[in-house]
Amino acid sequence: MGKLDSKVPSGPLADKWTKHKNEINLVNPANKRNIDVIVVGTGLAGGSAAATLAELGYNVKTFCYQDSPRRAHSIAAQGGINAAKNYQGDGDSAYRLFYDTVKGGDYRSREANVYRLAEESANIIDQCVAQGVPFAREYGGLLDNRSFGGVLVSRTFYAKGQTGQQLLLGCYAAMNRQINRGKIKPYNRHEMMDLVLVDGKARGIIARDLVSGEIERHSAHAVVLATGGYGNVFFLSTNAMGSNVMAAWRAHRRGAYFANPCFTQIHPTCIPVSGDHQSKLTLMSESLRNDGRIWVPKRKEDAENIRQGKLKPTQLKEEDRDYYLERRYPAFGNLVPRDVASRAAKERCDAGFGVNKTGEAVYLDFASAIERYGKEEALTHGMKDADNKTITKLGRQVVENKYGNLFQMYEKIVDENPYETPMMIYPAVHYTMGGLWVDYNLQTTVDGCYCIGEANFSDHGANRLGASALMQGLADGYFVLPYTIGDYLSNDIRTGEISIDSPEFDQAEEAVRERIEKLMSGSGKHSVDHYHKLLGKIMWNKCGMARNAEDLTSAIDDIAALREDFWANVKVTGVADSLNAELEKAGRVADFLELGELFAKDALHRDESCGGHFREEYQTPEGEALRDDENFKYVAAWEFKGEPKNAVLHKENLKYENIELKTRSYK
Amino acid sequence: MKLNLKIWRQKDAKSKGEMKDYPINGIEGDMSFLEMLDVLNEELINKGEEPVQFDHDCREGICGSCSLQINGEPHGPDRLVTTCQLHMRKFNDGDTIVIEPFRATAFPVIKDLVIDRSAFDRIQQVGGYVSVNTSGNTVDANATPIEKENADDSFYAATCIGCGACVAACKNASAMLFTSAKVSQFALLPQGKVEATERVQNMVRQMDLEGFGNCTNTGACEVECPKGISLENIARMNREYLSANVKG
Ligand SMILES: Cc1cc2nc3c(=O)[nH]c(=O)nc-3n(C[C@H](O)[C@H](O)[C@H](O)COP(=O)(O)OP(=O)(O)OC[C@H]3O[C@@H](n4cnc5c(N)ncnc54)[C@H](O)[C@@H]3O)c2cc1C
Ligand code: SF4
Ligand code: FES
Repeated sequence: MGKLDSKVPSGPLADKWTKHKNEINLVNPANKRNIDVIVVGTGLAGGSAAATLAELGYNVKTFCYQDSPRRAHSIAAQGGINAAKNYQGDGDSAYRLFYDTVKGGDYRSREANVYRLAEESANIIDQCVAQGVPFAREYGGLLDNRSFGGVLVSRTFYAKGQTGQQLLLGCYAAMNRQINRGKIKPYNRHEMMDLVLVDGKARGIIARDLVSGEIERHSAHAVVLATGGYGNVFFLSTNAMGSNVMAAWRAHRRGAYFANPCFTQIHPTCIPVSGDHQSKLTLMSESLRNDGRIWVPKRKEDAENIRQGKLKPTQLKEEDRDYYLERRYPAFGNLVPRDVASRAAKERCDAGFGVNKTGEAVYLDFASAIERYGKEEALTHGMKDADNKTITKLGRQVVENKYGNLFQMYEKIVDENPYETPMMIYPAVHYTMGGLWVDYNLQTTVDGCYCIGEANFSDHGANRLGASALMQGLADGYFVLPYTIGDYLSNDIRTGEISIDSPEFDQAEEAVRERIEKLMSGSGKHSVDHYHKLLGKIMWNKCGMARNAEDLTSAIDDIAALREDFWANVKVTGVADSLNAELEKAGRVADFLELGELFAKDALHRDESCGGHFREEYQTPEGEALRDDENFKYVAAWEFKGEPKNAVLHKENLKYENIELKTRSYK
Repeated sequence: MKLNLKIWRQKDAKSKGEMKDYPINGIEGDMSFLEMLDVLNEELINKGEEPVQFDHDCREGICGSCSLQINGEPHGPDRLVTTCQLHMRKFNDGDTIVIEPFRATAFPVIKDLVIDRSAFDRIQQVGGYVSVNTSGNTVDANATPIEKENADDSFYAATCIGCGACVAACKNASAMLFTSAKVSQFALLPQGKVEATERVQNMVRQMDLEGFGNCTNTGACEVECPKGISLENIARMNREYLSANVKG
């Protein structure tokens, strides 16, 4: 237990971060030149961290598995990024952002971290604008905002539906500037395969050059993991195909505790699954819920007829539709947080009201938004009695300006025009709130190994509100880690370069080689995808949107058995010393097969419902999540002990000194 | 659907490649093009053969990883889509589909359909940024209002995903559309103006050094660009470049 020291500074919440920055050790600029830092991952978290560390004067090496840092998964984020700027004058403040985030996370995040995040949020926007990130603007030339699920203010900055892309290109540009100055050395198409510890400290990594297959040793004074989330443990998710848990899991095996693995966000507005061949799911940004209304038919016969193609949704009269979110949660309506919206959709579909062939879809309808905007536009353009056709046309234009690329994406995938017929959506695995345990300095339980962005656990609790992951990634990378890591590195100014010719590096490299050999020599019955899909099925059916003790118990056994089968029977073709996507996948799936089991174990031990973790045994009579603060107000941090089933639980008790714990209600 | 795929196979950068035939069955219209290749690869693996290597990651048209020259067109026959967003409903039962890597001297083949587009990164490294510290001590974001039109145009230029289709579509393998999109994004914003002269000169020089061809205003790039990046960016870059050279 002694190891789980959160290192949260003392003093009033609003002063903690400033006080901490004033008290931690600094590294003299001349000494920074003698210090090397490895940053694994070049998404928003890793990219911003690498650029800032290099700016400060450290020698940085970055790693990513894509061919360019610009392609990291962060690029896909659609909706926006929060910041407590209060530009809209609707009463926003750092405290309110902090409050919404802690409440939205069902009181399972760390107060001090979240407050710091809210504090830094305003800085992020300034920084990005200075870098030339083209956020959406109003006609007056000022930045525009919109709102997201779970909050009542308009604090989300965006660049159409491509906010992640623009923010990542901003980081990437900052990285390029440092690459040009020789301060960052990028290793693209490189995968971290293991973490190397020397005298108990993280001193390097073993990486595989994905083109030549060469196994390389890289040393540094500290290692920063910014490798994103592990939603792909479900096979189908909104994550990029290559998203993986490998780096975090390898660090876990080397002593980094893995926190709250079962806290996984199921996003309510994804395009439903279309068939067995499907390789991934596509998210429709939650910002659509600002204008789209969610409904299913009121009568089962209507739902039935729609499924059979005998009835069109547009033929159903207003009074025959059940706008179930507006009905159940009048205060927040369609803007309830993601976990609430997802469960409500599942509830309606399970009850037989689903609207696509498989019965696993609900409608997201823009008809009334088009009409509302159309009327507004007509009036502002001096058309007092515009006809319906004109109104629809004008309204569509407004909707197109706001969400055009999302509508286009939907049409490409589903082959239906969402301006004319409501979109179909269904919840899908999206974001992982769990990750490596870190203290206030963002250091894991391994000295010198830091973890930032989606890969760590600290800021989002059991559920993440929209537009807050981008915020966290950039706050960690631009403004938090570069300070806190200095405290650690200040002890290393005389260490000198870390040698890669040590027994520790020998041993780690040997282990990586053995593992690759083992994967390549499987007796060869089934492809990697075969196993990945089976794992995904177990995860979705037994550890998905709703969980119960019986299913979770059997999931643990199922996954262990599948893992055994994988190692005995997986077939990886091709050779190891060449570009080999199958081999890459095999290594990633092998780690998912361990993580999945720990995931189920974590979900089983948490006898409560909270955020993305809904245990069927713990719900109110109205079907809302029933949290148990008395017994579970802690972070579950797991220590590796061989097999996942032997993992040992450590608890970080969460203290709420500034927020009173309440039942989350959006009614 | 039953299809006959003709796919470029090449062991590595040094080996000679060749087209190979792969008949395939049971393809459905709502599969994406890459899911169709997944199905083929699963078959190949089950036969103990090496699957076809191709680049992909997000599979929703935004990361710019996927490439593929399909029936002679980058990203295939559909307009304004990437290969990962192209769906099989655009093809007919019995079709023959020719699948090759993007071809350009500056984009060497790594293996099968995977190419090396790092030249694009190097072009950006010589100036595709605003030289501002990342220390968080910048002015308030609303201190400099930006005309909506400029902000929007900058955004449209910035939506380039760096896929390289423009280069593959161009008979000269020119990287003008890509480079001009990057130059435009910054040229249109007050933050990027200060270094505009140096930026355009450095980026154009690097573009030439990488072995991309010259632009002869054919416009094939714009037609094939999955993000609809407009030729206006090339005009803007030319203006920037000319005035930069006048200034010296
Ligand atoms: C479709 C979609 C939409 C989203 N929309 C929003 C939104 O609107 N607002 C919001 O706030 N959040 C959004 N999110 C969530 C947000 O995008 C992510 O949580 C966030 O971008 C993660 O950033 P990251 O830097 O932690 O990791 P990532 O961007 O995932 O980066 C991971 C990096 O690690 C590298 N890597 C991984 N493993 C290895 C390894 N073993 N070796 C070497 N490199 C490795 C990768 O190459 C990559 O560079 C969205 C997510 C998705 C999927
Ligand atoms: S300009 Fe268009 S085609 Fe060229 S790289 Fe950018 S997105 Fe691709
Ligand atoms: S895979 Fe990302 S754009 Fe196609």
